[in-house]
Amino acid sequence: IRFILLQNRQGKTRLAKYYIPLEDSEKHKLEFEVHRLVVNRDPKFTNFVEFRTHKVIYRRYAGLFFSLCVDITDNELVYLESIHLFVEILDHFFSNVCELDLVFNFQKVYLILDEFILAGELQETSKKAIIERMGELERQE
Amino acid sequence: MALSGMRGLSVFISDVRNCQNKEQERVRVDKELANIRTRFKNQRGLTPYEKKKYVWKMLYIYMLGYDVDFGHMETVALISAPKYAEKQVGYIVTSCLLNENHDFLRLVINTVRNDIIGRNETFQCLALTMVGNVGGREFSESLAPDVQKLLVSNTCRPLVRKKAALCLLRLYRKNPDVVNVEGWSQQMVQLLDERDLGVLTAVMSLLVALVASNPDGYWSCLPKCVHILERLTRNQDILQEYTYYGIPSPWLQVKTMRVLQYFPVVEDPNVRRGLFDVLQRILVGTDVVKNVNKNNASHAVLFEAIALVMHLDADKEMMSQCVALLGKFVAVREPNIRYLGLENMTRMLLVADVNESIKKHQAHIISSLKDPDISIRRRSLDLLYGMCDISNAKDIVEELLQYLTTADFGIREELALKAAILAEKFAPNLAWYVEVILQLIEKAGDFVSDDIWYRVVQFVTNNDDLQAFAAAKARDYLDKPAVHETMVKVAGYLLGEYSHLLARRPGCSPKEVFHIIHDKFPTVTTPTKALLLSAYVKILMHSQPPDQELQAQVDEVFKRCESFIDAEVQQRAVEYIILSHKGPSMVDIMAEMPKFPERQSALIKRAEDAEGEPTEMSATKLRQRQNSMALVVADPGSANGGLPPPSEQLALPEPPPPAPEPAAPAAPAAPQSAYANGTNKAPAPASTNGDLLGDLLAPLALEAPPISTPSPLTQSADPGEPLALALYDQQNQIKPIGSIEDWFRALSLKDSGVLYEDPYIQIGIKSEWREAQAKMVLFLGNKHTVPLVNIRVLILPAPHLKMQFSRVPDTIPPRAQVQVPVEVTCLSASRETAVLDFSYTISTLPVNVKLRLPTLMNKIFQAAPVSASDFVAHWRAIAGPPTKLQEVVRGVRPMPVSDMGDLFNSLHIGVAPGLDPNVNNIVAATTFFSQAGATLCLVRVETDPSDRTQMRLTVASQDPNVTYEVKEFIKEQVIDIPFARTPAPTPSPAVMGLTGPAAVLAGLI
Repeated sequence: IRFILLQNRQGKTRLAKYYIPLEDSEKHKLEFEVHRLVVNRDPKFTNFVEFRTHKVIYRRYAGLFFSLCVDITDNELVYLESIHLFVEILDHFFSNVCELDLVFNFQKVYLILDEFILAGELQETSKKAIIERMGELERQE
Repeated sequence: MALSGMRGLSVFISDVRNCQNKEQERVRVDKELANIRTRFKNQRGLTPYEKKKYVWKMLYIYMLGYDVDFGHMETVALISAPKYAEKQVGYIVTSCLLNENHDFLRLVINTVRNDIIGRNETFQCLALTMVGNVGGREFSESLAPDVQKLLVSNTCRPLVRKKAALCLLRLYRKNPDVVNVEGWSQQMVQLLDERDLGVLTAVMSLLVALVASNPDGYWSCLPKCVHILERLTRNQDILQEYTYYGIPSPWLQVKTMRVLQYFPVVEDPNVRRGLFDVLQRILVGTDVVKNVNKNNASHAVLFEAIALVMHLDADKEMMSQCVALLGKFVAVREPNIRYLGLENMTRMLLVADVNESIKKHQAHIISSLKDPDISIRRRSLDLLYGMCDISNAKDIVEELLQYLTTADFGIREELALKAAILAEKFAPNLAWYVEVILQLIEKAGDFVSDDIWYRVVQFVTNNDDLQAFAAAKARDYLDKPAVHETMVKVAGYLLGEYSHLLARRPGCSPKEVFHIIHDKFPTVTTPTKALLLSAYVKILMHSQPPDQELQAQVDEVFKRCESFIDAEVQQRAVEYIILSHKGPSMVDIMAEMPKFPERQSALIKRAEDAEGEPTEMSATKLRQRQNSMALVVADPGSANGGLPPPSEQLALPEPPPPAPEPAAPAAPAAPQSAYANGTNKAPAPASTNGDLLGDLLAPLALEAPPISTPSPLTQSADPGEPLALALYDQQNQIKPIGSIEDWFRALSLKDSGVLYEDPYIQIGIKSEWREAQAKMVLFLGNKHTVPLVNIRVLILPAPHLKMQFSRVPDTIPPRAQVQVPVEVTCLSASRETAVLDFSYTISTLPVNVKLRLPTLMNKIFQAAPVSASDFVAHWRAIAGPPTKLQEVVRGVRPMPVSDMGDLFNSLHIGVAPGLDPNVNNIVAATTFFSQAGATLCLVRVETDPSDRTQMRLTVASQDPNVTYEVKEFIKEQVIDIPFARTPAPTPSPAVMGLTGPAAVLAGLI
């Protein structure tokens, strides 16, 4: 995974994590382009769009777009389900997650993401393990 | 809704949310930034809580897309805080705000290391996460051993170990040297026994990277992977929490199959059988289910299995099973599955001989070309492109052309390019090809690059029986309303050359042709105007008998252009007017252009270049790449479906013989007089190089612009040229600030320095040679205040060098530097150097330079200290040619013997002083390394004190090739002007015999 983006329909970034070294200006440009790329797509279309020399796998949940940028040769469906797994984890953690939860608790979202993906690869695919780990971390604070 | 637990932060967030518009938001954010800035300035008053709060706010602002250019120091400093809460903020925000190239990161390497080796598990996790997410080369060098220890430790919890595995993966990607294969492969085998699936998933990702770069080293992991796959697909002791919609971790299944695709083959028959059982079960047992998540997950596994089957060269039956499945998928409604069906079919084409069975699905594939979703259309286009061969080219290309009229903007360019390539590769006959391209220009002129129509001109010029046909077609197209400028160019060119062949047809008299073309003249751009002027003069000169009326009309056009604002157009007008009045004696000058030498299609080349590099290139992918190269080189017939090439292939006829040296005044009487315009030049070396911009006419374009002279025999006036110039983009106006030769010369003795510099970019180079291998880094630095775009770095290696480099971003931001590491391995001895073909665009002005890289022999030399007895023994052991060669070298740069000794030493050819009793002689020894091993090389130079311009050079080694190359290399170093070749028509002897890109370049300089 090159980067993960969470954006709303208006293009506001709710979460952005890059696993490749990029300059700030490049990041902003990328976020703008990815948003433009996914926002107008029909729900009946594929969840995959070619993006520069890579591929964006995205999925829309209510007004939020979750986008993963992966290599052309990566397995698209398995990343598509990674998005869903991430959403399930968020949903479980915030019990019935909505955009506002993610806005006001963006630090927590980053924490969860760090337990889920590391160095651009999936780190843990067990929802239970991640939720338990988050409990552990909350006790530490 | 849970709040963040930090009031100030929550208030700020709601403030921003309540802003009515972007402007208000900016004001609010600026206010907050100013606040944070002052707070950070008077550090003393800040409590840890406040620091934390401000750093979170910074991240939030950053996320909104504002620049946060301060506070990095404070953020990084939090990493060193003693308490978890602050440390956590420090680590997380650092890894979002900074990237690996940031200097501040260096400051905390020590803290990070202490956290990793410390006892506090939570700190360990934080540190590993940060390093895994941003870690650069320096982290890699200093932390890898510690991370490795954590991964294999049996006291750490799985939690720490999975993080360690992925952290190590990051470090390994940054610097593969951190993992020592010998020691580590055994550890990996043991790690694959891991029971915790979280750790196993992470380990599998690491293994993908390791195996990708060294399949042999991790051979022993293969059976384990197959075993894991068996366990997963049978759902044997997999914890409930690791199943996803009833499927045992699809992620781990996919990763494991990915690893298996990096091993070239599975040899052990038992393992192979086991693996095929698993794959068979997946292929048969995956059904379509209602639940979309379950369906996606199971199909993710299925597609990976198909990919693995393709890689394993499975038997025919299994392959056809896969093709059948994919055939089913390309016909389904569900877009994701259809998309993947198309994509995988395209991949399958490249590895297996399945063209015939895929053709059965052609109708479905074509219908996907009209799908509303561009992703699907792209895949369908790719597949059609891949499956095209001589038997279906006509259908497919015509389908593409038809679609082109309705296709939307996003895909037109690709469509046009692909149609053009297919038409060229598989044309049943040339007339069809010309027809297709003209249609293409008509329908999508904007996307038909110059390359494409140059190619048409090449074919038409080289095939006599095509010329009248093409000219007639071109004329018809000019009659249509709204003609694209590209059409005007190609039609103008073709009619200029060949309209006299049509003169008898109705509507094709020279006058009529001239009028049709000239109708377009007012609306076209200046370069096209110039081209049209050349066409006019040719039409005029070819009209038989001379047509006074036409002459008057053309004259008028030329007259009007005599004061044209563009110098090129002006010059042509002036010259042509004089030329055209010289009467029939000038006809020869305006004769048809000569035939072109055969070249690789610039189009196909470009298609090859346009591919992105994935993180790890799979074995399958590599193989595909080789195949696709083969496609271009091989006869199109045999590469696609094994059909015999039909008689009228697109192969160009034999290139014309190089014209004789032009000096003789009798040239017009020579048999080659038909070529009188254009070929009476020394053959320029570039003509074999294929990719120069004006693919069409590059050699001509290198010459000076024509001046009008009365005699066609005067060599400098070559009136065939103006046309050439019209096609040649006036480019590279950006000049290096300094001498490329001087830089190169300096680099031939030094290991680092400037390779090239112009007002916008500086290219530096640093190389570190260790025996036959070198790590070279190119530093591309943008000196300017605007980004440089379309950066393209190609390395044309000499045949004796293996060079690998990673992807280069296509943009360099202002004042930024990009480093491109290049790995070089020397395979055999050769004096050639690799060439860097570098291009970029600065505000729409393309710049391209070709630079020799200092991969010289002397870099590989290591001075060898030898004793007198050793030297003599070795010297005697090598008898004579070809392992011992002697030559009297003349034209030596006069220098004292001691200077020559210094020169040798600076080239790493170690002089052994005093070994030869004669003070006018030098003996020296060096070791040359290549992949084959080390070769000791002995050198003896005898100089003549009375004539310093000559010397006798003897070189001896065990390897005849090394001997020869070393001798030639030394010669190049000592003779006058060792680098800058004089532009003599015959290349200097040192250049002869070289065939690589550097030689071509050297010839050009």
